[in-house]
Amino acid sequence: MTGTADSRAFPHRHLLGIEGLSPDDITLLLDKSEGYVEQNRQADKKRSLLRGRTIINVFFENSTRTRTSFEVAGKRLGGDVINMSVAGSSIKKGETLIDTAMTLNAMHPDVLVVRHHESGAVHLLAQKVNCAVVNAGDGSHEHPTQALLDALTIRRRKGGLQGLVVAICGDILHSRVARSNIHLLNTMGARARVVAPRTLLPAEIERMGVEVFHDMATGLKGVDIVMMLRLQTERMHGSFVPSIREYFHFFGLDARKLAAAKRDALIMHPGPMNRGVEIDSEVADDIDRSLIQHQVEMGVAVRMACLEVLTREPGNGPPVK
Amino acid sequence: MTARTLFKNARLLDPATALDQKGDLLVADRKIAAVGTRAAADAPGAAVIECHGHCLAPGLVDMRVELREPGREHEETMESGAAAAAAGGITTMVALPNTEPAIDDVALVEFVARRSREVGVHIRTYAAATRGFKGREITEIGLLSAAGAVAFTDANTAIADAVVLRRAFSYARTFDALIVQHPEEPSLAAGGHMTEGETATRLGLSGITPAAEVMMVERDLRLVEITGARYHVAHVSTGAAIEAIRAAKARGLPVTCDTAPPYFALNETAVGEYRTFAKLSPPLRSEADRRAVVAGLRDGTIDAIASDHSPHPQDSKRLPFASAEAGIIGLETLLPLTLELVHNGHLTLLQALRALSQRPAEILRLPAGRLAEGTPADLVLFDLDRPGRIDVASFRSKSKNSPFDGRPVQGRVLKTMVEGRFVFGGDN
Repeated sequence: MTGTADSRAFPHRHLLGIEGLSPDDITLLLDKSEGYVEQNRQADKKRSLLRGRTIINVFFENSTRTRTSFEVAGKRLGGDVINMSVAGSSIKKGETLIDTAMTLNAMHPDVLVVRHHESGAVHLLAQKVNCAVVNAGDGSHEHPTQALLDALTIRRRKGGLQGLVVAICGDILHSRVARSNIHLLNTMGARARVVAPRTLLPAEIERMGVEVFHDMATGLKGVDIVMMLRLQTERMHGSFVPSIREYFHFFGLDARKLAAAKRDALIMHPGPMNRGVEIDSEVADDIDRSLIQHQVEMGVAVRMACLEVLTREPGNGPPVK
Repeated sequence: MTARTLFKNARLLDPATALDQKGDLLVADRKIAAVGTRAAADAPGAAVIECHGHCLAPGLVDMRVELREPGREHEETMESGAAAAAAGGITTMVALPNTEPAIDDVALVEFVARRSREVGVHIRTYAAATRGFKGREITEIGLLSAAGAVAFTDANTAIADAVVLRRAFSYARTFDALIVQHPEEPSLAAGGHMTEGETATRLGLSGITPAAEVMMVERDLRLVEITGARYHVAHVSTGAAIEAIRAAKARGLPVTCDTAPPYFALNETAVGEYRTFAKLSPPLRSEADRRAVVAGLRDGTIDAIASDHSPHPQDSKRLPFASAEAGIIGLETLLPLTLELVHNGHLTLLQALRALSQRPAEILRLPAGRLAEGTPADLVLFDLDRPGRIDVASFRSKSKNSPFDGRPVQGRVLKTMVEGRFVFGGDN
């Protein structure tokens, strides 16, 4: 079966962030994703739900993994997926984001999947188009499909999210993945922690509803899930942390630090990993505990569910905002 | 135009003398000729303006305005800025030197003076404190002062190098010139787009710590102490900086400061979901800082309220937040937003007018801001109570970047007079 049999409505026109979604909204997306997980494991993966629909991937920031995941998701649902490469496009010639939005809008797409290096840019673009917009990551703000795929991965292994203790570790300051996950975990009744040196934590992060730790031993104590974040190369050498060696020593996940977590604690990473910087290969590749490959698999299913709910025929649900 | 104008039955307000009484005011030969209950007796044949008890006060002196002339006339010109000022009850504007080219040369100061004579509202200008705002070489402070520059500032750039500022202070003191500082430690604020805190964290925007303001002010005050120079802090926005200035004033240092309406009328939450019209420099602060600004105005630590008018066209605001320009227009909202503080009981009317006219004129040594006989007849007549909504579409400014559109306010300018001539509301 696929998610189409489900008649619950998703009451939003766009998916711009996890903030503002209700527990029901999230549960709906996760439930629909489950169906697509099974479908994606069949030999015949293709459906015609989005036949005739046009999905444009507009990536102002380079990405292979996320863009490919959205492309696969759109194609498996039978949609026409176009990747708009921004490098060398008119954006580089000074066209504004709003001009680009208007241009794309005139082509009557059904969904725009947008990634941009500036926080808020996807909101701005969404105000100027008539179609649905999926935020595929904006600056340090949100990356909602990543949080949804993380939630699906956890739910399939732990049976649910309620009451779980999840430690998000590393570069929280610059991370849209962290922010989306914090919103999602709080909304679904899990307990979120952040673990990082103070230079990688934004001001007043505790007011987003997380417990803050500055060392892995106490931060990982008793947790069910350890989510590691990628540390960008340009931040490794003296600007935010003094060196890779020091960062890995104190904040990189290895078997010794992981021992503080619950015995059945699971390891996640949004990828791409810097082995030996934020995570040791020994734990990253531990097939009993590392969910990293599952996350990638769940990513396609979650994105199929998102594309489905955002392209429902008008009249299928209440008027959407 | 008649040479003599009589304002009858006005509520005469002069913060300099604490005058607040019903009466008449006679204007003759471009000057205030008589003030008080007997003014009418001296005015046979004068054109009579019946004021119906509305407020007649010195025209506002706006000590921080960006006009885009020369260089960016599509955003604002002296004419459009003057029309907006007149509608806002402002009779003297002091222009920042951050034009293109920058006003760092005698010829450009003279250019502003010449243009000022053409537009009906007094326009005075600052000159750059350092060449090209680069913070390295001081400008010709003596010659520029002689040409009419009222004070020296690098506009929205802080003079960061302590040695350069020390020399600028020492040299300025030779000519008794005033240095105006943008109070923000630039290396600490670098890359930031709104005030640091929960809102910035949620939005994923890099923050500017409020400490960047007080750090610069405290350092500068040490340099004031060793040089004795006159120092003015522009657009203060944080409680910590206000406290530092309060303490410095108590020690007798020659320091003054101003703020702008967004810093007492809004806080960081105005950014909402990336509203670029709420992007300012310094950024909108926390509610606690906003309250500290109100308290600083109330106890006089903050001397003046300036519009901090900063015109930007749509295309530099309709961008992702980090890429958008900072700054909002303010000439036509300066008075009504300040009057909110009066209607809410935070300031008396005389306190508000003191911050809008008397104090800026004193700080910059301008012949304005008084209702004294023999001074230029720069006046504003306003209805203190008339309710309305701010309507940006009706503004005379060429740019429309205001976060206050639609805000309900009380108080409306009825007439504005510059040197005996109506520049706004003169047709009835």
